[in-house]
Amino acid sequence: MSAIVEIGYLLSTLSFLGGLKFMSSPKRAKTGNIIAASGMILALLLTLYGAYSQSLPSINVILIAATLIVGSLIGKRLSNKVEMTQMPQLVSLFNATGGGCAMLLGIVEGHRLLISDNDIPLQLLLIIGLFTGAVAFTGSILANRKLSGKTKDNKSKLVVFSARTLLVLIIAAIALYNLQLLPIDFTIYMYIIAALSLLYGILFVLPIGGADMPVVISLLNAITGIATALSGFVYDNKVMIAGGIFVGAAGILLTLLMCKAMNRSLFKVLAGTFKKGTVSGSETEQIIQEISLTETAMQLSYAKKIAIIPGYGLAVAQAQHECAQLQQILESLEAEVHYIIHPVAGRMPGHMNVLLAEANVDYASLKEMDEVNDTMDSYDMVMVIGANDVINPAAEVNTDSSIYGMPIIRAYKSKKVVVLKRGMSTGYAGVVNELFDMENCHLLFGDAKESIQGITKQLKLI
Amino acid sequence: MELIHNNLETIYFILFCVFIGIEVIANVPAILHTPLMSGANAISGVITVGAVTLMLQLEPTDYVNLAIGSVAVFLGALNISGGFFVTGRMLAMFNTKKTKA
Repeated sequence: MSAIVEIGYLLSTLSFLGGLKFMSSPKRAKTGNIIAASGMILALLLTLYGAYSQSLPSINVILIAATLIVGSLIGKRLSNKVEMTQMPQLVSLFNATGGGCAMLLGIVEGHRLLISDNDIPLQLLLIIGLFTGAVAFTGSILANRKLSGKTKDNKSKLVVFSARTLLVLIIAAIALYNLQLLPIDFTIYMYIIAALSLLYGILFVLPIGGADMPVVISLLNAITGIATALSGFVYDNKVMIAGGIFVGAAGILLTLLMCKAMNRSLFKVLAGTFKKGTVSGSETEQIIQEISLTETAMQLSYAKKIAIIPGYGLAVAQAQHECAQLQQILESLEAEVHYIIHPVAGRMPGHMNVLLAEANVDYASLKEMDEVNDTMDSYDMVMVIGANDVINPAAEVNTDSSIYGMPIIRAYKSKKVVVLKRGMSTGYAGVVNELFDMENCHLLFGDAKESIQGITKQLKLI
Repeated sequence: MELIHNNLETIYFILFCVFIGIEVIANVPAILHTPLMSGANAISGVITVGAVTLMLQLEPTDYVNLAIGSVAVFLGALNISGGFFVTGRMLAMFNTKKTKA
């Protein structure tokens, strides 16, 4: 490889790093994205240039150019069309394409390996790369289907059991083959592993759902990164190794962060199990206080410091724009409005922030849970929109509860809480929300979007 | 042992990447987690470099591998362009003081 190409690859690696570094501030993140994208284009151009110095078959180049262009155009179209509420689906879909690319790469490389000698480490790298790519591919496709509501969770014991069996089977097959105890052709072995891995990807995501989705998406992202790094190893290409590892690190970091925010171990999330809390006390009928639209509006108009706690329900109702309007009116009445966002609110890490940003909410008014939790009693009024488990005081006081220990936003400490809800159903964890029993808590039933519109209308009259 | 010894340089490289990667990413605030994830996702599209390299090495008559390789390049390109464009779109929405206008 020529010096120009090597130095260029170094530049791309640095640009990925710089791009990710710039992601740590909302102001510079845009620049970071452009830097990383330029690094990517540079890497691709260099790869083509590296081959240009040799005489290359024209059909290959035409195919590469055509597929690159078509792929980029479709990618751009998809990203232009997407609604912000559907962002988790799209990110999963793109993750699937990355995984699919890694898998196909492994297969072609495996075909070519036939000619070369029996290089065990290389074979192992290839197979693990193939496995991770395939799992990321089908796993992400399934995650995409689940997020768009096309596939339901299947938590049956059979699925969980077969997923585990399959994993053991794959590991056993790889071990046996490498110990040369499996007397089959490498190509056949490779196809068997590919098929099993594809199936495993499906079974692995199938039992996981709902509020655990942020964990799964982050994890799948990490797996794609690892697959990329592994094929970088096969090609001895540093830019691929570095890029893959950065992605893997980001994915794993986010995965652990999400797990921590839900107080669940990664293993429990993957196993699809929920600690079944004893139902003691929760059987008793809850005494709730209902509140009307007009009354909510009235009280909001007197409040000076207001917090809005959004959850997945806000995304479902697509009420982010109405929320922003409400904020504007309240601010015109000289109230201070904050949004308090729980780390796992929504279906992917940071989902709520993106939605509110779409509705032109100033990010200075978005607060993280830890920032405000100690001063929750300074809020005159808290409006909870489409969130449930993340404000359940049971997580702090009821040791029997299945969500005990999960960090929550201490909405119950504020002077008044209004929860916008469609019905009395429980949240994802299936736990009764003890907040609703409390004296300072009122429930406003109805569709979140319509309720907010109603409140806004009332406030305009004041 | 031999394997480790022969690839010592690469192994050092990987270890450094892991630590630098974690250090850099740990500082990203929760508000930017979604763009971080989709940006990282786009970066993992660097696998396309591998796919292109492979395509360039294939015999022009090796139709099966050429076909599979083309699909790989296509998927990779989709990942890169989609990832970066959607991240850009999201980040364009993060602005201060727009609401005051």
